[in-house]
Amino acid sequence: MVNGLDRGARRIVFGALSTVTVVVLLFGYRTSTEGPGTTAALPAVTPATTTESSDTTPRSTPSTPSAPKATRSATAVPSTKTVVTGDQEQTQWGPVQVELTITGGSITSVAVPVYPNGNGRDAQINSFALPQLVQETISAQSASIDMISGATVTSDGYLRSLQSALDKAGL
Amino acid sequence: MSAVVAERPVQRYVEHVMGMPISLALRGRHTADARALDAWAEAMATLHDVDRVFSTYRADSHVSRLDRGEITLATCPPELLEVLALGERWRQDSGGAFDVRRGDASGTFHLDPSGVVKGWAVERAARPLRLLAGTDFCLSAGGDMVCAAGAESVPWRVGVEDPHDVAAVAAVVPVRNGAVATSGLAHRGAHITDARTGRVPTRVASVTVVAEDLVRADLDATAAFALDGEAAAWLSGRGSTGVVVWADGRREVIAP
Repeated sequence: MVNGLDRGARRIVFGALSTVTVVVLLFGYRTSTEGPGTTAALPAVTPATTTESSDTTPRSTPSTPSAPKATRSATAVPSTKTVVTGDQEQTQWGPVQVELTITGGSITSVAVPVYPNGNGRDAQINSFALPQLVQETISAQSASIDMISGATVTSDGYLRSLQSALDKAGL
Repeated sequence: MSAVVAERPVQRYVEHVMGMPISLALRGRHTADARALDAWAEAMATLHDVDRVFSTYRADSHVSRLDRGEITLATCPPELLEVLALGERWRQDSGGAFDVRRGDASGTFHLDPSGVVKGWAVERAARPLRLLAGTDFCLSAGGDMVCAAGAESVPWRVGVEDPHDVAAVAAVVPVRNGAVATSGLAHRGAHITDARTGRVPTRVASVTVVAEDLVRADLDATAAFALDGEAAAWLSGRGSTGVVVWADGRREVIAP
């Protein structure tokens, strides 16, 4: 079971460690806030749930030889934050750019000022059906169920789960 | 079921990573040969790699070290920013109910992208399985799954667990190519809260979303669950498909 370990999977995760630019974003998702085929500019929003630090010392951008350009955001709260903007990258979905706000060395905001709106999967035929409510709860076996979707099962609870019964039955 | 297509035998595999069971079902040409085993090993290797980067339970993960300020963004894998960007998108879409920043008892906020990572990781882990010619697969991480079945096959039948009786199913979803995710508190207790208030949902018992991919299904299910009483209206408003089971036992199918 170790034959595949050295293949792409490892490189996928650890392939490029030295840049904050996100190259591949799987933004094939459509939401009601988007228009088709255009590139939207999202505001860099500081989440309401984030408690602003009282630290008044301006933080500098992390500096490494390959650090991206850092810009002080005009809209940021003065002097407590640094905004790091990655380069705009082309992906299969369109241009993508990520911007992070760092306060006290921690990420306090993530913004995506440029991301693609084109839904590359529009052409794909809807390939799932509507859920069918089961009138009376029934056992997995009697309903010809292949897999169980439920609230996350932990490894500790797995042996008592319906999925475990399916896996053991090998049906 | 009066099957018009002969059912093909299903080969099943189970391993554990990230504290949860990973179940794989294969049917078709490559179910137990070297190609199938290699693809399964590669899928698990991807999940182990993701765990090393993203786990909030591991003190040495990039997420934990970034949260403590020990490393900078420039030394994090770019995948971490991809996950953060996805989390930000769903934070905005959910009006702040979903957030990768989580407050602890003392009011300090910590980075916890776990709500994004699972669906994103399983989509990645499924890539080698998609390359198995003539083979259908369903890959589930603790109840959230990616399914693929060829045109000559019957769809996978995914049972939606009844949150009021976890030994039973409340709905069935036929899926040929797509993903199913469910959020609820049936197995792990109060681990999902409305990020704006810290409150645990009480009106909704579980939210299941069916979508083209597991990133969307998982994030939509988790965000809708955090929205509690607004879950069904929010899913409808964004054209999602799924099932909401309410705390009072009512079940509601969400159709686009």
